[in-house]
Amino acid sequence: MALEKITSTTGPAVYVPGNDIDTDRIIPARFMKCIVFDGLGEFLFYDVRKNADGTDRSHPLNEARFKRATILLSGANFGCGSSREHAPQAIQKYGFKAVIAENFAEIFLGNCTTLGLPCATASREDIAKIAAVVAQEPATDVVIDVVKQEVRFAGQTVKVEVRASARDALIHGRWDPIGELLDGLPAVQTTAAKLPYLAA
Amino acid sequence: MRKSLFEKVWDAHAVRTLANGQTQLLVGTHLIHEVTSPQAFGMLRDLGLKVAMPHRTFATVDHIVPTDQFAEPYRDPLAQAMMEELRKNCASTGITFFDRASGKQGIVHIVGPEQGITQPGTTIACGDSHTSTHGAFGAIAFGIGTTQIRDVLATQTMALGKLKVRRIEVSGKLLPGVYAKDVILHIIRTLGVNGGTGFAYEYAGDLFDRFTMEERMTVCNMSIEGGARAGYVNPDETTFAYLKGRPYSPQAAQWDAAVANWKSFASDPGCHYDDVVKIAAADIAPTVTWGINPGQAIAINESIPDASKTNVVDEKASIEEALAYMKLTPGAAIKGTKIHVAFLGSCTNGRLSDFQEVARFLKGRKVAAGVKAIAVPGSQIVALQCIAQGIDKVFSESGFEWREAGCSMCLAMNPDKLIGDQLCASSSNRNFKGRQGSPTGRTILMSPLMVAAAAVTGSIADAREVFAVN
Ligand code: SF4
Repeated sequence: MALEKITSTTGPAVYVPGNDIDTDRIIPARFMKCIVFDGLGEFLFYDVRKNADGTDRSHPLNEARFKRATILLSGANFGCGSSREHAPQAIQKYGFKAVIAENFAEIFLGNCTTLGLPCATASREDIAKIAAVVAQEPATDVVIDVVKQEVRFAGQTVKVEVRASARDALIHGRWDPIGELLDGLPAVQTTAAKLPYLAA
Repeated sequence: MRKSLFEKVWDAHAVRTLANGQTQLLVGTHLIHEVTSPQAFGMLRDLGLKVAMPHRTFATVDHIVPTDQFAEPYRDPLAQAMMEELRKNCASTGITFFDRASGKQGIVHIVGPEQGITQPGTTIACGDSHTSTHGAFGAIAFGIGTTQIRDVLATQTMALGKLKVRRIEVSGKLLPGVYAKDVILHIIRTLGVNGGTGFAYEYAGDLFDRFTMEERMTVCNMSIEGGARAGYVNPDETTFAYLKGRPYSPQAAQWDAAVANWKSFASDPGCHYDDVVKIAAADIAPTVTWGINPGQAIAINESIPDASKTNVVDEKASIEEALAYMKLTPGAAIKGTKIHVAFLGSCTNGRLSDFQEVARFLKGRKVAAGVKAIAVPGSQIVALQCIAQGIDKVFSESGFEWREAGCSMCLAMNPDKLIGDQLCASSSNRNFKGRQGSPTGRTILMSPLMVAAAAVTGSIADAREVFAVN
């Protein structure tokens, strides 16, 4: 299966501040009762974006000037909590193509990579720099260079890190492992045959 | 070379190294449930792929089942649709489904062990974070995302990077009124909610040697809340005794060989660990959370943290955020905080021994006026065992609602939900904002007996005082 080689992502960004933003905050559990993922995007950050009566609360994603953002900026330990892929799916279905944060929860990062959604870690200071530019000029194109591990915006460049395994998968179009796993099926049988509980 | 259990299980299941350096890991047992599997089956159909090992895949339904309604259709059409989708997917692919009609349905992490499907030296995956529970048997068990579920369905393998191993040794005896739940809350509090990132936790020491399988499961269950992808206890006689005679356990003729094989997976004495942490059991008190992640916890007699007492910017902000959400007063005692709901159940603490222990103390006591208290067995089998021992009666006579098996109020995907900013004393594993169904609902995690103490006093209480535990 040939997949797109993701070497960089470019687009306007929006800053959603906060540390430990967990998957329940990204997509509240009650919206996960779906049989397909389509449509999840509109419920992204629902409980912090909306009041109980469905009217808007103050939140960056509710601001018209950030509506076109395709890069999400946030704080530390982004995506902690549940292993459910609904959270990265909601982020992707909303229209985001990449996330920059101080660091990411393990399972969340893996799930994002499998969707072809680069997760780049940057220092708090650098995130603040990007956020400041974006707040001034929301249309600024932010470029995440997955290969060089840097983010370029408004003439500035900051270092980011994309985990080696994820970077490799994105750059080489191997972010969805299914093709390679299927190729390994004969070897799977050999491994299984050696294990008593599977050989039976 | 001396190896840890993690390395032995990993090596035995490693199929090959992938181009990106990750391992194609064989998943011996795949557990699925209604919430995270339908999309994966959809992807499989889109790609025209088949289920590789239906006989190594087992399904149950837990998250969306109403615990006060058995008959279908459910009031929530979406819940009904998920139920039917799972039924259809299992029937068309030949996967065993522990449906409600089977009498074996329950929370996936309770059903696996109960049926003897969870075994030492195996790899287990399930589209659910708390899959680490199965590590109690000396299995390496991972929570996975939907795309990985698709991978496991299609190939019985997944791509994964190897984890480091941290041994957490707890020695000595627990004080009266202190339980396995307090042990894991204490560990998470000590090492932090991200402390386990990149690690599998090996729980060891004489405390774990003495622990029952159910206590080991409670601890392993919450490994993920400490950031560890997997957590395990080395298999021993306790493990083998638990497994003997269960439906999917090896039969008599194969038993001795199976036990010998299982034993061979235990960590070799003197093997390498990437990190070792030592904890004294006597230092652990009944523990409760005060914030919005499971690491924000204190001993019942401690006071609620005060942001003004710390100079660490991050810590200040997270305390402030948590207390604003929890509507708790900095520096105040947590004891005495009024509760509205008491929830006893979940894959952390919804097993027979949890209900037995609480029933021992609850008998003759009444739930405080104005408190809604529900007791939800983790599986239909747990429910039957409780009924056989009259435990359900103890609960209902005290004013608890006794329910059907399911995840219930652990998360908000079925009718059991908090309303508004209700505060819930909960035996579950997550106190995230909105976790129990109301965007402003508040959760305080604790052991089952502490939940009972809160239920009968109407406020967060020290179970040792309420029930004269000593
Ligand atoms: S009881 Fe709670 S944590 Fe356990 S599987 Fe169900 S929802 Fe998840």
